[in-house]
Amino acid sequence: MSTHKAGGGSTPSTPSEAHYIAVQESAEFQDLRKRYRGWVIPVTIGALIWYFVYVALAAYATDFMSQKVIGNVNVGLIMGLLQFVTTFAITAAYIRYADKVLDPVSSRIRQEMERGELG
Amino acid sequence: MTPLAAVTTETVGNPWLNLAIFAGFVAVTLTLVLRAGKSNKSASDMYTAGAAFSGRQNGIAISGDYLSAASFLGIAGAIAIYGYDGFLYSIGFLVAWLVALLLVAELLRNTGRFTMADVLAFRMRERPVRTAAATSTLVVSFFYLLAQMAGAGGLVALLLNIDNRAGQSLVIAIVGVIMIVYVLIGGMKGTTYVQIIKAVLLISGAAVMSVWVLGRFGLNFSEVLGTGADAGASLAPGAQYGADNTSKLNFVSLSLALVLGTAGLPHILMRFYTVPTAKEARRSVVWAIWLIGLFYLFTLTLGYGAAALVGPDRILAAPGKANSAAPLLAYELGGTILLGIISAVAFATILAVVAGLTITASASFAHDIYASVIHKGNPPAGAEVKVARITALVVGAVAILGGIAANGQNIAFLVALAFAVAASANLPTILYSLFWKRFNTRGCLWSIYGGLIITITLIAFSPAVSGTETSMFPGSDWAWFPLSNPGIVSIPASFLLGILGTLSSKEHLERKYAEMEVRSLTGAGAANEALDH
Repeated sequence: MSTHKAGGGSTPSTPSEAHYIAVQESAEFQDLRKRYRGWVIPVTIGALIWYFVYVALAAYATDFMSQKVIGNVNVGLIMGLLQFVTTFAITAAYIRYADKVLDPVSSRIRQEMERGELG
Repeated sequence: MTPLAAVTTETVGNPWLNLAIFAGFVAVTLTLVLRAGKSNKSASDMYTAGAAFSGRQNGIAISGDYLSAASFLGIAGAIAIYGYDGFLYSIGFLVAWLVALLLVAELLRNTGRFTMADVLAFRMRERPVRTAAATSTLVVSFFYLLAQMAGAGGLVALLLNIDNRAGQSLVIAIVGVIMIVYVLIGGMKGTTYVQIIKAVLLISGAAVMSVWVLGRFGLNFSEVLGTGADAGASLAPGAQYGADNTSKLNFVSLSLALVLGTAGLPHILMRFYTVPTAKEARRSVVWAIWLIGLFYLFTLTLGYGAAALVGPDRILAAPGKANSAAPLLAYELGGTILLGIISAVAFATILAVVAGLTITASASFAHDIYASVIHKGNPPAGAEVKVARITALVVGAVAILGGIAANGQNIAFLVALAFAVAASANLPTILYSLFWKRFNTRGCLWSIYGGLIITITLIAFSPAVSGTETSMFPGSDWAWFPLSNPGIVSIPASFLLGILGTLSSKEHLERKYAEMEVRSLTGAGAANEALDH
């Protein structure tokens, strides 16, 4: 594999580059990539949207946020505390996902690379 | 306190006792730092403690590095004065960690070794990219240092009852000298120990005070809120930012900078290199999120508690203004002793964060500029560590001077500016670099320098610097940018500049990206020195 479509440049790939390109294109790595990006990107975007909805409400819907719910605790405080809850929940969910779904695949690829089986 | 003393000035506690508790903390930590410093020979020891910390240790240290004077003194003060709007800082500072956890920490650990620039230099042209990254690291660290040193000044004013500017400046200088000593002797290992001790002290101090406040109100949280609100700390959003459309937009701009800044803070990024593997880096962030989240929950009780028990008027009349809310609350609850302890904790907080910032700034200069750019990766033996030490001295001196100038500013606000610079100049390049295969040198340079220039220009011409009573230069007015925090303009602009720069350049680095992506996701070939393979 001297040149490669992913390269785009005119110089040929070095052996190390060719090796990594082969790993990158392997089904196993593509699977890992999909599992990783498929989880973290939507979750990050979701968490940020939820955060900005909260910020927008605090800035522009003060009447709504000031309604008292329990004693002096109002909607705004509950929404703010829910931000804590979602942050903790996402953290816990990610660590489970990474331990069960990402780590086995990534360490398998790493070991195969160290043994020279992949790429 | 006799009635007579109460009428003259707000003298709280016993300055000598405060001083003694603080000196005790310095003595204990300095001993630890001295012991840690014995194994501090190589650049790797100096910058990342040989990557030998565990995830839990590093997680506690991260919370110690992150929970700065802005979090403790600044947020408690902002809530005590403005109520709900101050709480936004807590939420933004916490939610921001999701970006660091999900997108940055592990990939960064797998592709770099010492500094943020390592990741960018992986496939870009090394010298220009390292110069740019080191520049933005130094600028962000400078703004962050200003905030911490300003906090030290205010705290000292209150505790030692030093009202004159010269006396406060002297104490800022002493704090600066102590932290330089930590960094020079202890390197990253010593700094980490200081951060761990400080995190434990700070979080337990905040916990004790929160429970104490709740106890005063029969464990009824609603009652704390109600009394605080009656005293003037609004429960509804908008007290600080709700006046008109400009101030509301400023609120949104601030919240954007808070949530995107964390994952671009160089001193936080560098902490991910102090653990051996990506898995440990992930574990560190998880520990950090729990501890930081817990602490920010306490700030709510502390802020409204300070409003209820001390009152906004008394807080604003105290020498450190809003930044005095937490110490005054401690005095109200537990008298001289608790005030002394909490003040020592606040000092420890400042020292630990300043030491972390200093080591990051010096590593960035010595490793990126001196070793990689000037000596093309082959510095004379031992010279890099020497340069790092000299840089620490210079950074310390600049921090002292800047802190003296910024004395009296609200520190949560100053830190938010550091976050705006980090979110604009650093985050776009880090994310593009890790996730976008087409990204190249020009995109990287446009985004970093563009982000820096836009952010700093907008800050310089904002009401934060001139034109209002609360500005740094209240007497003059050259402001034309309406928002105090530039994030809403500068962050999208830097993301855009990264795209424009990349697409307008013919440089293609996709093949090198293959190596970077494989290594970032699998950890193959990562620099995990602490493990014996």
